Amino acid sequence: MRTNAKSVQLNQLTKTFITSTRGEVKAVQNVDISIGPGEFVTLLGPSGCGKTTILRMIAGFEMPTSGAIMIGDQNVSTKTPDKRDIGMVFQNYALFPHLNVFNNIAYGLKLKKVPHDEINRRVHEVLKLVQMDDFAERVPAQMSGGQQQRVALVRALVMEPSVLLFDEPLSNLDAKLRVHMRDEIRKIQKKVGITTVYVTHDQSEAMAVSDSVVILKDGIIQQVGSPQEVYQHPVNEFVAKFIGKANILNATIVEIEKDRAVIDVHGVNFTVPVTVPSGKGAADGIGAAGSKPREKGSKVRIVIRPESVLVGKKDFKAPVMKSVYMGTAQDYKIEFLGNAIEISDNNPTTKRVYNEGDIMEFSLDEGSIHII
Amino acid sequence: MTGGGPVFPGSFPSIFSDRIRSKSDRNPIDGVPIEGVPIVSDNKTTRSLSRSGNSFQDGLRQLRFTLRDPVLLVSIVSILIVVLLFIIFPLFSILKESVYYQGSLSIHHFRNFFRQAYNLDIVWNTIRLGISVSLLGTVVAFLFAYATTYLKIPSKKFFRVLSILPMISPPFVISLAAILLFGRSGLITKQLLGIRSDIYGFWGLMLTQTLSFFPVGYLMLTNLLQNIDPSIEEASQALGASQWKVFRTVTLPLMIPGLANAALLIFIQSLADFGNAIVIGGNYTTMAVQIYQQGIGAYDMAGATALAIVLLSISMLAFYLQHQVIGQKSYVTVTGKAAKERVLIRNKSATIPIYIVCMSISVLVISMYALVPYGAFVRLWGADFSLTTKWIVYVFTIGRRYIVDSTTLAIISTPIAGLLGIVSAFLIVRKKFPGRRFMESSILVAIALPGTVLGLGYVLTYNTPPLILTGGSVILIIALVIRSMPIGTRSAIAALKQIDPSIEEAANICGASSKKVFTSVTIPLIKPVFFSSMVYAFIRGMTLVSTIIFLVSARWQMLTVAIMNQVDQGLYGAANAYCLVLIGIVGIVMLTMSFILKRVGVNLKEGY
Repeated sequence: MRTNAKSVQLNQLTKTFITSTRGEVKAVQNVDISIGPGEFVTLLGPSGCGKTTILRMIAGFEMPTSGAIMIGDQNVSTKTPDKRDIGMVFQNYALFPHLNVFNNIAYGLKLKKVPHDEINRRVHEVLKLVQMDDFAERVPAQMSGGQQQRVALVRALVMEPSVLLFDEPLSNLDAKLRVHMRDEIRKIQKKVGITTVYVTHDQSEAMAVSDSVVILKDGIIQQVGSPQEVYQHPVNEFVAKFIGKANILNATIVEIEKDRAVIDVHGVNFTVPVTVPSGKGAADGIGAAGSKPREKGSKVRIVIRPESVLVGKKDFKAPVMKSVYMGTAQDYKIEFLGNAIEISDNNPTTKRVYNEGDIMEFSLDEGSIHII
Repeated sequence: MTGGGPVFPGSFPSIFSDRIRSKSDRNPIDGVPIEGVPIVSDNKTTRSLSRSGNSFQDGLRQLRFTLRDPVLLVSIVSILIVVLLFIIFPLFSILKESVYYQGSLSIHHFRNFFRQAYNLDIVWNTIRLGISVSLLGTVVAFLFAYATTYLKIPSKKFFRVLSILPMISPPFVISLAAILLFGRSGLITKQLLGIRSDIYGFWGLMLTQTLSFFPVGYLMLTNLLQNIDPSIEEASQALGASQWKVFRTVTLPLMIPGLANAALLIFIQSLADFGNAIVIGGNYTTMAVQIYQQGIGAYDMAGATALAIVLLSISMLAFYLQHQVIGQKSYVTVTGKAAKERVLIRNKSATIPIYIVCMSISVLVISMYALVPYGAFVRLWGADFSLTTKWIVYVFTIGRRYIVDSTTLAIISTPIAGLLGIVSAFLIVRKKFPGRRFMESSILVAIALPGTVLGLGYVLTYNTPPLILTGGSVILIIALVIRSMPIGTRSAIAALKQIDPSIEEAANICGASSKKVFTSVTIPLIKPVFFSSMVYAFIRGMTLVSTIIFLVSARWQMLTVAIMNQVDQGLYGAANAYCLVLIGIVGIVMLTMSFILKRVGVNLKEGY
């Protein structure tokens, strides 16, 4: 299989829908995204955030209200989907129910008038890629969801497109299969080296597959960054809460230096790192880094991840309000510094487990506390 | 099936349900919701496009997008032209004619119309009949629908087959049979009871129209009843309701919008009915008949147009009520998703009476249909019941050209109607272009157009330059096409909405142009609907009376008109023989079609 990866640039992409009930709805606002060749980028956000609309504009099913879409060095904004050299995998697979697996995959190649024996070769090549060589004669109705999704994936891949789009491809699968398929998608993407744009509302899926994650809310980009960046250094409360669990607390800056600060949380002082988010630019004004004053005495919000609380160390004491055994972890809710804080203590079988009403002893990993 | 009109081909889309629908979790009614943001192809969204300030630009952008595809452009333009020329313009001609008097705008014709008590009687006759038939027809339809979906009774298949019969037969077969049974020399009235009764008039019309139109309501209500989730009723039972209480407090209230819908549907059909009304109406004149008699019989075109406008207004009002007011109140959404199996009611105090009623009606209808072939071999009904082949010989010699003309025109119009129906549905459901909403509403409104109104419009419009079509075969073909295409459009719309748009998008992104997507994906997927609307178009072509009676000429004659003339002259033998031939042709075509289609993997009957 050849690789034909190209970059994708979205410049000030905006899409406005006009509805009779709500007037103008800005589904996507001034979105700038730059995706390098072979990069795997995920558009992540709750439903209604505009991620699917962006994907459908890249595909050509929706026309942008303004802005441009570049694939490679070509502006494709006004091209119809069949002229964009794009592959797409749909949420519900969208296999042609009247064609068998072979003909589903061969469909686009036949349109391109690829010679018969080459079609044969290429279809079997991609079927091998997903270990489905024996399924060529099946029709979609005779296959499981996971199998259908594999066929949908290679139907897109066989065309050797310059960009591959995924529209929530795993949301119709059960939890186990979802994990398996996302690993398979990532593996194949790396092997083929194709530029990929992937839409999902599942943050763990996004973390697992992406080089880079774009977090959207109400049609506006909140943050762009690697999975580590967006998890460790969320630019605002929305991102912090959307990516993983987060305890958000009020704090006051007591002392601030270049790379560390002392903050006061409900009368207790912590020394925490000060980081400048290295993500590729957040949306203007919406909680972007640097937009809030950070000087002595200023009020800030901090993020404490559930795993930053180290249970068993003896720095602090707090009453346990809830204790739930989760198998790989014991989840607690404790009352600390005037807030209810959620904690996740890994590997509980080897440790003391606190019950509701117990007083828990713990310390905080100050280095992982993050100011937003 | 969400809307009104004859439901016949509309029930076919369910054939494909297992293969397509289950994979789709998108809402089939509203298009594709993109994370809560309505997309432009959503009806409501598009409607508002013409209102808001930004919309003009948006429209232009859409237009430019559409223009990139020449095939798309050509099909949009040609369908819009057909709609304008043969639906909108004839109606406009009627309106124009009705408000002009001696060269200036005037309400003269309407004043004239409403001043005559006779005309008011006709309006009242029509409405009274419509209401009676719609009430009675809905009750019968509901009984049949409830019996076949909820009750544990035998002969369900027989009831279902019976429901199709009146839809594929000429509209006045039932009237003809009613005359043979209850007429002046009827089997029951004269032979059995020896009374000189007269079926002509209100009661005769009510009987024949009810029997002719209840099946349409039956199909619609069955569809709705099947889609009530049985667990709702089980929940009611679990809370302590008896079966009768469940029916009264759950099933019936849930069905109220559906019942109102069915009633309006039957009402519209009764208003528009020409065949039964002219055969059995006698002195009880209805508007549909009067339009013809005034326009063609008395050659008072202006008077006929005023009448047509009044009739049109009533049907449009009913159509509007059906689609806007009631359509949106429906509790039962027809998702087509097979709910779990319903536990059928075995309670004998319910099953036995309902079974008896349904069976008696069925037997009546069946015997009526049996009477027509029998009557074709009877020398002189009522006087001489000896058997003869003279009528059959008659229709195959003197009547041969009627048979040939009718069949030829029906065969020509069939593929045109089928193709226009499916292409227009595809454009309406899947494409965005200026005029889309207009196209959709014009075609759907055409379903509710009384045939005589359309016929009158054609005479007014195409009898004079610039475009003279009357007298030839072209206008007849057009009439047949326009009378059957909208139903094809509607069933194809319903079918397309069941198919996830992403299947077509997938083809598009694989490099298929919109024409290629249509031919390689859409058509194969809605093949059953396509062929069933062709079958329907053929049947409609063979059985249509109302519109074409305005358009037949010495050169082109239609079988149905011949039947009507024979009935008019009291030659029931010949009329029966014509009917028999007609049913024979339709039957042969249907059987051949389903045989051929079965060999290529399409099962027409599965829809029932």
